[in-house]
Amino acid sequence: MKRNSSVEIGTGLFVLLGFAALFFMATQISSHGFEFGRHDYHLSAQFDNVGGLKAGAPVSIGGVTIGRVESIDYDSSSFKAVVRLAINERYNQVPNDSDAAIYTAGLLGGNYVGFTPGGSDTPYKEGDRIEMTQSAIVLENLISKFLFDKAGQGAKKE
Amino acid sequence: MSLITVTAEFGRFALFLGRLVTGIPSTLRRPRLLIEQIHMTGALSLVIIMLSGLFVGMVLGLQGYDLLRRFGSTESLGTAAALGLLRELGPVITALLFAGRAGTAMTSEIGLMLATDQLAAMEMMAVDPVRRICVPRFVGGLLSMPLLAAIFSAIGIYGAQLVGVKLMGVDAGQFWSQMRGAVELRDVLEGVVKSIAFGIACSAIAVYEGYHAVPTAEGVGRATTRTVVTSSVAILAIDYMLTAVLL
Amino acid sequence: MTAQDAVATLEGVGYAVGGRTILAGLDLAIQRGRVTAIMGPSGTGKTTLLRLLTGQLQPSSGRVSVAGFDLSRLNRRDTYALRRRMGMLFQNGALLTDLDVYENVAFPLREHTDLPEPLIRRIVLMKLEAVGLRGAARLMPAELSGGMARRVALARAIVMDPEILIYDEPFAGLDPIALGMVLRLIRDLNQSLGITSIVVSHDVHVIERLADHAVLLSGGGIAAAGSPTELASNPDPAVRQFMSGSAEGPVPFHYPAPDLASDLADGVR
Repeated sequence: MKRNSSVEIGTGLFVLLGFAALFFMATQISSHGFEFGRHDYHLSAQFDNVGGLKAGAPVSIGGVTIGRVESIDYDSSSFKAVVRLAINERYNQVPNDSDAAIYTAGLLGGNYVGFTPGGSDTPYKEGDRIEMTQSAIVLENLISKFLFDKAGQGAKKE
Repeated sequence: MSLITVTAEFGRFALFLGRLVTGIPSTLRRPRLLIEQIHMTGALSLVIIMLSGLFVGMVLGLQGYDLLRRFGSTESLGTAAALGLLRELGPVITALLFAGRAGTAMTSEIGLMLATDQLAAMEMMAVDPVRRICVPRFVGGLLSMPLLAAIFSAIGIYGAQLVGVKLMGVDAGQFWSQMRGAVELRDVLEGVVKSIAFGIACSAIAVYEGYHAVPTAEGVGRATTRTVVTSSVAILAIDYMLTAVLL
Repeated sequence: MTAQDAVATLEGVGYAVGGRTILAGLDLAIQRGRVTAIMGPSGTGKTTLLRLLTGQLQPSSGRVSVAGFDLSRLNRRDTYALRRRMGMLFQNGALLTDLDVYENVAFPLREHTDLPEPLIRRIVLMKLEAVGLRGAARLMPAELSGGMARRVALARAIVMDPEILIYDEPFAGLDPIALGMVLRLIRDLNQSLGITSIVVSHDVHVIERLADHAVLLSGGGIAAAGSPTELASNPDPAVRQFMSGSAEGPVPFHYPAPDLASDLADGVR
């Protein structure tokens, strides 16, 4: 019936908008989402301590997100944490001597993996291992170190 | 005495809910009725939901920014706004608005049909008014609610971004990447589960109150008020229970 | 009159709600193919009687049977199946307000049959033609006058070709012209299609022009029954009071109250 076409258009618009919003939240806002047409290459890195790093955390160079943490495992032979990273294919020119470190965004923010570019001419490829890594800074260790240093300085002065 | 009355009321409601649920298959065979109801409950609520979502998001942007500034972590604004909206504010405020907008419309419409003998006339034409009138509204509301809540949350996040990034100068990249790092798919699903539960509760209450209204102008008015009150309490109570279970 | 002639019978039917007895020990047989009028002052259970006949209410005692089926033994589906053989005209038409006239009349067909659209269209237009409102097919119920709404409702009630038509106060609130039209329609339908008609009304003069048989309800039972002319000459003072519309008679003008003098004296003290 012709009379209902505006009803159908309105309903269709509403349903499409609703699913678009759901899709947006599932893929763009949450970390376990997927993106269409995206190809990743994978790197792995060993850390002494990953701190509060979680799967899905961003990987960035100079503040630009280039990938995500795919998984975090424990390697029982080296007693280290093995972090697998999925890097967007668009960023395939990362020098293969770049080092990876775990940073904290802001004082209360989540952890992320940041690259510091190296000087090599060959880029990282699928399956490469990042040799130089820097563990998460554990706040408690930092504070105790700071206090220890202060105490040391105090002792020297006397 | 009053305890018995309350128990009986619950029983009546549960039985009615059962009739609604058993009527679902026959409604699904008539998509036209369903589309009309999704239009009534969903499409016509779009503007109020989008406006409210935008403003709630903007308020979250302001309040969140001020709060996080005290801890020096305004970059987490995106996370705070997204989690708040996805898990709580989106489903709950959408449901409350739904009860006020679509729920009251359902109750008064069905109540008026009752008062003007339209439902009795259907009975006499051998058409079950619960299946023909109540079930499509129930299913329409139940399907509309998660979609409305999703739209509310998405626009709310945009509103928070608008205030946080454009007005307060939070770094856009940090806003989004922090949010993505912290929000998980299960947070989104928690919101969806909640809004489906709210959709069931709100639509069933609205339809029930309309169908059992005293068939006079005053009775329909009272039933409409009861829809808002009962739905609101039910939403908040269910919200607590679901949060406790899902967290 | 034999039992076979009765389309619907009530045997010893009583109905009480909330401790208030509305009907008690009522016996009534509705004859096939005739117009039976049910009359009585307001509040004597006329509408209750109709709802018992249609199975919308179940009697507290006694038995109601329609077309040979005992209504209290029918489950929901069988009750609905039986109702397809009945049509009912509600007091104000009870048209579905969100559908236009055409769709209102088509409603039972769309709900119960899978007829193709051209056939539905033919049936609907024929029924609307019968009530003289084919030209109003695309109006909404809110745009109709009271008399027109009732005629549309009548078209809807006969669209499934029922055997029994029930009219609940079909003349209330109609102007004389609209009343005459509805009256003629009821009679025509009864005579041309042989539909058994049950009319609830308290309009004595209209019933005299319409009914073959009239039943006067009073105090939950039948006060008198017979042809309208027989009722008019009934010697019972209560029947006479109703038929002549007199304020004086056994049915008191005053609602039961204590003595006026003592009531007034109470107020002074």
